[in-house]
Amino acid sequence: MDDTTDSVGAAQPRCAQFDSPLILAGGGMLPAFDLVYETYGELNAARSNAVLVCHALSGNHHVAGCHAGNPKDIGWWDNLVGPGKPLDTRKFFVVGVNNLGGCYGSTGPMTVNPATGKPWGADFPVVVVEDWVAAQARLADRLGIESWAAVIGGSLGGMQAMQWALEYPERIRHALVIASAPKLTAQNIAFNEVARQAILTDPDFHGGHYYGHGVVPARGLRLARMIGHITYLSDDQMAEKFGRRLRQGDLRFSYDVDFEIESYLRYQGDKFAGYFDANTYLITTKALDYFDPARDYGGNLTAALARARARFLVVSFSTDWRFAPERSREIVYGLVHNGLGVSYAEIECSAGHDSFLLDDPRYHAVMRAYFEGIRT
Amino acid sequence: MTNVLGRFDFDVIAKWIRPGEKVLDLGCGDGSLLRYLKDEKGVLGYGAENDPEKVLACVKNGVNVIQIDLEAGLSGFEDGFFDHVVMSLSLQTVRHTERLLDEMLRVGREAVVSFPNFGHRSHREAIARGRMPVSKSLPYQWYNSPNVRFFTMADFEALCAERGIVLRERLGFDGEATVTEDLNLNASIAVYRLGRAPQ
Repeated sequence: MDDTTDSVGAAQPRCAQFDSPLILAGGGMLPAFDLVYETYGELNAARSNAVLVCHALSGNHHVAGCHAGNPKDIGWWDNLVGPGKPLDTRKFFVVGVNNLGGCYGSTGPMTVNPATGKPWGADFPVVVVEDWVAAQARLADRLGIESWAAVIGGSLGGMQAMQWALEYPERIRHALVIASAPKLTAQNIAFNEVARQAILTDPDFHGGHYYGHGVVPARGLRLARMIGHITYLSDDQMAEKFGRRLRQGDLRFSYDVDFEIESYLRYQGDKFAGYFDANTYLITTKALDYFDPARDYGGNLTAALARARARFLVVSFSTDWRFAPERSREIVYGLVHNGLGVSYAEIECSAGHDSFLLDDPRYHAVMRAYFEGIRT
Repeated sequence: MTNVLGRFDFDVIAKWIRPGEKVLDLGCGDGSLLRYLKDEKGVLGYGAENDPEKVLACVKNGVNVIQIDLEAGLSGFEDGFFDHVVMSLSLQTVRHTERLLDEMLRVGREAVVSFPNFGHRSHREAIARGRMPVSKSLPYQWYNSPNVRFFTMADFEALCAERGIVLRERLGFDGEATVTEDLNLNASIAVYRLGRAPQ
């Protein structure tokens, strides 16, 4: 790394309030909503250098830098975004936003429902990728961004980048779709359903209105995170990281922790259950399951992508079995057959789905080169 | 990518491509040919490449590149989508030559291929001396060559005849000079424009 590679420094979350209603894809409506966001770098005079970073299942608006007074609270994509980094904040004005239904300050299940004076809880409408993108477009309007130089996201975030290209073809010049898919497979939905059932069957769930009971469905959320974590890692990487190593040096012949992997999953589950909201988890997994732009086109992805005008960079990772390279290739061929500009890199990386959050040199070199080629 | 012919090879290929065509370049290297065709002919070009360093070079070069393994075929591409499918100086590096040629003419209206001619005089002389040829067009030792298929223009034409592939145009070069007589003996590089007979 050269000495110009640095952090964006202290990041300041802001809140944008929207007073006109948002009609939702599922039929519901939000009369008003808030979006919490952060920005890094400067919007240029032509307003042509803005990049939107979309988050995945458990992410948020805090993409880069750290929050004032908490140097350990580093943004989730800090290795990608910053001065001198692949998404260079000296060139681009970068926006991170917490999506609707989230639990980091944007309107979601924890927000007070104006109709009842209580938190929305399970009554918060199921919002989907289309709704997130519609809300993000309102934020773009507010920030004076007519057209994004790029929209980028990994996993569920990549779906939002795709949706931007379909819903607002004239407002996005480049879409970077990383470790994503045009739709989930049955196996992928199955994992989400197990996660949801873990939450829904937790006695502390209280039909989604646990806030009033002074409890959270921590056991369910913990299990949901554990199964998620298994699917985000690769078999190879788990073997390499944990193998059959024992926590206490010997078998205990009990249901306590024997193996390191058990300890790791319990730790990750507990940590997650301590800060994430179960209703947000439910909504977000549903958004993943529902995303399928080809659905209205008889399953024909090429036909669905015909509306897009952006240029694409699609990236997948060799050991990612939850969002496998094959799924990314479907997107690539759909774009090619519409005559759209697309480049596709398949990165050799052992870290499974989580690879997209790491800084594999080849991966970041491709990202850097692509961003360098974007005119602002 | 080290292209032993440099821009010269590009000019020959570019002559067969009309402005605005859809072009697929197999084994596109750093994307120089695509960049050239984009700048000179305004083609809608895509490269296929499996070497990560070359994929990166293409991204830097501002051309579309798709990382795929050519040995695994072109099954993701629709029939007849491309006007031209180009394979510049890499046909000899793939194992399944027959299948790839068929695939090129499935996804493209025409194929353009160039390859080093094993039948060139200097190569024959090397063999006659008892050594595998090493030349400007075959610049590798037998033990480090990326080439896996060694064939002459006559071999290639026999295969095309067998597979029902029509030779629409054929050029032979030695260095930058065009060869007009006995191409299989005098050309170190062969360039072909291939098609299918109308059904």
